Amino acid sequence: MREVAIIGIGMTEFGELWQKSFRELVAEAGVKAILDAGIEGENIDAMYIGGMSTGRFIGQEHVGSLALEVAGLEDLHIPATRVEAACASGGVAMHQGYIAVASGMYDIVVVGGAEKMTDVVGGEATNILASAADREWESFFGATFPGLYALMARYHMHHHGTTQEQLAMVAVKNHHNGSLNPKAQFRREISIEDVLNSPIVAEPLHLLDCSPITDGAAAAILAPVDIARKYTDKIIKIKASVQACDTLSFHSRSRFDSLPAAVHAAKKAYEMAGVKPSDIDVAEVHDCFTIAEIIAIEDLGFVEKGKGGKATEEGLTALDGQIPVNTSGGLKAKGHPVGATGVAQINEIVMQLRGEADKRQVKGATIGLTHNVGGSGGTAVVHILEAI
Amino acid sequence: MAAIVGYGAYVPRYRIKVEEIARIWGRQAKSISSGLNVFEKSVPSIDEDTATISVEAARRAVKAAKINPEEIGAVYVGSESHPYAVKPTATIVAEAIGATPELTAADYEFACKAGTAGMQNCIALVESKMIKYGMAIGADVAQAAPGDALEYTAAAGGAAYIIGKEGIAEINETVSFTTDTPDFWRREGQPYPGHGERFTGEPAYFRHVGTAAKMLMERIGSKPSDYDYAIFHQPNGKFPVRIARKLGFEKKQIEDGLLCPIIGNTYSGSAMLGLAAVLDIAKPGQRILTVSYGSGAGSDAFDITVTDAIESYPRQGIRRMIEEKKYVDYATYMKFRREFE
Repeated sequence: MREVAIIGIGMTEFGELWQKSFRELVAEAGVKAILDAGIEGENIDAMYIGGMSTGRFIGQEHVGSLALEVAGLEDLHIPATRVEAACASGGVAMHQGYIAVASGMYDIVVVGGAEKMTDVVGGEATNILASAADREWESFFGATFPGLYALMARYHMHHHGTTQEQLAMVAVKNHHNGSLNPKAQFRREISIEDVLNSPIVAEPLHLLDCSPITDGAAAAILAPVDIARKYTDKIIKIKASVQACDTLSFHSRSRFDSLPAAVHAAKKAYEMAGVKPSDIDVAEVHDCFTIAEIIAIEDLGFVEKGKGGKATEEGLTALDGQIPVNTSGGLKAKGHPVGATGVAQINEIVMQLRGEADKRQVKGATIGLTHNVGGSGGTAVVHILEAI
Repeated sequence: MAAIVGYGAYVPRYRIKVEEIARIWGRQAKSISSGLNVFEKSVPSIDEDTATISVEAARRAVKAAKINPEEIGAVYVGSESHPYAVKPTATIVAEAIGATPELTAADYEFACKAGTAGMQNCIALVESKMIKYGMAIGADVAQAAPGDALEYTAAAGGAAYIIGKEGIAEINETVSFTTDTPDFWRREGQPYPGHGERFTGEPAYFRHVGTAAKMLMERIGSKPSDYDYAIFHQPNGKFPVRIARKLGFEKKQIEDGLLCPIIGNTYSGSAMLGLAAVLDIAKPGQRILTVSYGSGAGSDAFDITVTDAIESYPRQGIRRMIEEKKYVDYATYMKFRREFE
């Protein structure tokens, strides 16, 4: 297999982008990444685009072809494929792009992710997102994602002594980081009291424990390392790209305080990259709810199982902590356009490893990790990147 | 331009607290109240509707203005809850105040700004000398689906304005800003409106109200500090405060016209009632900015200067009327709204 590098990144601002359509979001992120990489359209061999539920959010399927058309590359007739794995769609698109380049099949691949979530109203967004759970045995019986993650939070609190305040500290930290990210949906600080006083969504999760509904798109350009040197000297190598899957339904899992797919993906990724959790300088993890970040830092081996809440409280994951987590603001503050999230995480880590993260820059970061989860852990994707 | 010759207002005396509605739906009243800056809303009695509210307001306006109602050449009633789909509210009002039969009359609908659209028409008719006096009313008994977010604010009330050549307040200028923006709607035959939730904010209310206010100030060369009072449409108690701050107005300029926290959103009555509350206390020479908003969407902005004639005008004290209230529980509210029929 060939070594693969990321030679360009691009993303839109995340937020309620009333004035921008899905197609415009895809175009904007794609063009930015292409300009960043300094490649030409005719250099592109294939495209992968992550989108969770474009069919239900905007009534548009077949978005691979759409992405090709907005890129103006229809005359090349290159393959453009939509990838779906719920909220891990972007991460899986990255994994597909990685395989395509590593295998030698394609040289330059565009990976994108996009979602336009604000065109639906009422409980419709919640219902659409619930399609990432087991519709027959969970969603039909009223389970929603806030509900499922609330179960995890309850279990974690009961068995490990995690507190509401520790959950809130995840949101407070990520809002602080978001306030330093000009592309974040929420660029304002919040306090623990703000979180605890916000309306309850699914006990014990308050509104400010939950990631928002967001429009946005992100893209990255992949190339073999030897070809990458032609375009850039800021080469970010993909040291590991691992996808792991598990049961669709949450109730079929062996444990409720961990996502076994994420544990598995992380373990394999560390092996593939030849690094340990303590080697990671910066990480973007899937904090769709505050409890999800606590479970993530445990599953990734940054801390022991059950110690995630305490570690957050002690500042381990803060911007100036030992392993800064979600420097972008995470899903909580940066926003969570589901299909785009996995690729947006890659954007942040690439910026960190290039030293381009400005006020939220982690000094001297050379190895970074992304952790992208679909549903309640039916899919997990871990990438480890390194600046070479 | 033309002037406000007289005004009258009416808000039903019944109230329901946000707390009571939240209790029924198992929601946290505190976060809803602080989120919306609304604490209670007016409730129309079982025998009140847009026609009765309009008549109440119109009668008060005619009485206070001391004009001969037969000289009213136009009556326009703006509402999104006219009692009939076909059969005007305006004729009921015109007949009740003794303005018939020599006049033109029509019902208007432009969500919450149909009343100010009526004012603009009256201004035009007076300016063109087609009529001596025109009456524009904005009134609603706003509908909200039980359990919907609108239920905490959808209220009842209305205000009537008599427009003529001279009066208690000169209308110096009016402008409108209108686009096709579907943020809130109700189709024929549907009992309750639908809405785009957060879409009703930034691209709808804030864009239109903000732009209309700026257009007006640009056209006449004024700035926020030139105004003693400002009234912005009040779908809740938060939006008008936020747009005021954004435009550079201070709290003291808007607080006298801000009624939503204590009566809810009276829809077509909202901005016009806010203006009436300000006229209740305004002094000669004071300047007022009023901006309405109607979903769909558009805003009408008015620049108004109070005249000496206000001194002898019998002010009605809207805030005093609002204070005379009686609380009802949710079941009574539902009975009054005829939800059980």
